[in-house]
Amino acid sequence: MFNKMFSPENVAEALTILKEEVPFALWETTYATLLATAFAILLGLPFGILLVVGEKDGVLPLPKGVMYVLNVVINLLRSVPFLLLMILAFPLTRVILGTTVGTAASIVPLVIAAFPFVARLVESSLREINPNIIEMAQSMGASPMQIIVKVMLPESIPSLISNFTIAITTILGYTAMSGTIGGGGLGKIAINYGYHRYKYLVMLIAVIILIVLVQVFQSVGTKLAVKLDRRVKH
Amino acid sequence: MIEIKNLSKTFRTTAGTVEALKNISLTVNDGDIYGIIGMSGAGKSTLVRCINMLERPTEGAVLMDGQDLGALTQKELRKVRRDVTMIFQGFNLLMQKTCLRNICFPLELAGVKKEEAKKRAMELLEIVGLPDKAGSYPAQLSGGQQQRIAIARALATQPKVLLCDEATSALDPKTTHDILELLKDINERLGITIIIITHQMSVVEEICNRVAILDGGVVAEEGEVSEVFANPQSDAAKRLVFPDGEEEVVPVHPGERVLRVVFNGAMAAGAPLITQMAIDEKIAANILYASTKCLGDKVYGNMLLGLPEEEETVQRAIRYLTKGGNVLVTEVKENVQ
Repeated sequence: MFNKMFSPENVAEALTILKEEVPFALWETTYATLLATAFAILLGLPFGILLVVGEKDGVLPLPKGVMYVLNVVINLLRSVPFLLLMILAFPLTRVILGTTVGTAASIVPLVIAAFPFVARLVESSLREINPNIIEMAQSMGASPMQIIVKVMLPESIPSLISNFTIAITTILGYTAMSGTIGGGGLGKIAINYGYHRYKYLVMLIAVIILIVLVQVFQSVGTKLAVKLDRRVKH
Repeated sequence: MIEIKNLSKTFRTTAGTVEALKNISLTVNDGDIYGIIGMSGAGKSTLVRCINMLERPTEGAVLMDGQDLGALTQKELRKVRRDVTMIFQGFNLLMQKTCLRNICFPLELAGVKKEEAKKRAMELLEIVGLPDKAGSYPAQLSGGQQQRIAIARALATQPKVLLCDEATSALDPKTTHDILELLKDINERLGITIIIITHQMSVVEEICNRVAILDGGVVAEEGEVSEVFANPQSDAAKRLVFPDGEEEVVPVHPGERVLRVVFNGAMAAGAPLITQMAIDEKIAANILYASTKCLGDKVYGNMLLGLPEEEETVQRAIRYLTKGGNVLVTEVKENVQ
């Protein structure tokens, strides 16, 4: 099965695909990942904030029922495997974009799958804040909104960036998965050539590119988090 | 003026209810440096948080210049909190913001324009003696410097009252002294009333004019620092003033009579009272216990003298000791305390 992987004709074919299809697939994967992450943060951030401030002892306590529903919905969305969620999201995707096929269409289920995850990440970042700092802000006459915007978010920036980096690498993995049922990008190439047509070399190349992408996202994220952390003496 | 009236605070926990404060009544006058002292768990921190309503009292009221803070809406309360600011044991600076932005923070909350806030912050940095730290981040400063920035921040909104919650407990003795000097200076120059929560007797001694001793959620004793220090009445006060335990160090010989001599601001300069009594009256007193402190040029404290049992000698000694004024002498009959 793998023994003919590096035969001259296989290598030649792989090189053609690398030249003609991979650049566009790389672009599709990157933009689907970045766009989906952006939307997931846009949706997940407020939910994550609500999870923390809405608690009984929080800055802006919400009714118990609201918090319960919020938690159940987030857990529910997180428990459905991504591939099934994508299929379940087809009707919604069709309403929003008119189609369920293609890279743009894969962004809808990606966001639905990723925002509850981002909400939990934001929740954990905000819980790291020293409660004494919040008390300080209250003692200075800060309103709940001011505490969120001027204290909680700025104080947790390094942690948020680290967590968003985790989110982006996870979403990159989801993007590749979406290639199996209509999504575009590197995942599609790996499945179509590697799995359906036994061209393992193409699959290998797609996987290596995905690995490099994860490394790039992770190291940029880590560097940014460290650079923006003012608790470090530099 | 801050009046705390019959204030009680009860916490409900899963383990049952805890009465943190029981029927506290105190008055802090404008310009006071008021110490609230007590052991851990005495309820000090809860009390100070009731003053600015970070904790809502279960019963009773806090009046600031006659205004009942408990009756205010959240919005009104936020406004009052610009007049009653706070510094903390852990400084509680925003770690991701520069010192300048930290000091601007309460002004930002109050909606002051950025330029104006910056100008005020620079003045405050000058007052707390760190004009060159505007662009530094808190992590780059020492503990004492961080507390100075926190003090500058607390002064930004020109408050009437500054609450200090164990503000020097995380600092070394030298830095503690410097911060206390700064607080005293602020009190004198800006006329800000300061309420200090502490477990350190030395802090009260150094800058407070009045003190309340909190013990088990109640005020055990309250008054002028000099009075309370010179002649502590309650057990809690005695424990704080005589941490080594006065009772244990006093051996009473049979046939000896014991006088308690309380110095309440007597002139200390050049008056070795006990020695002078031995020379003038030929009464040899046995010093059983002494704990005196000089505050300024006056002496405060407490001494136990053992005297021979003749009534005449005792009377003569009492007359001699009280001659100078500001000295209180009482005979201790049994169970010396």
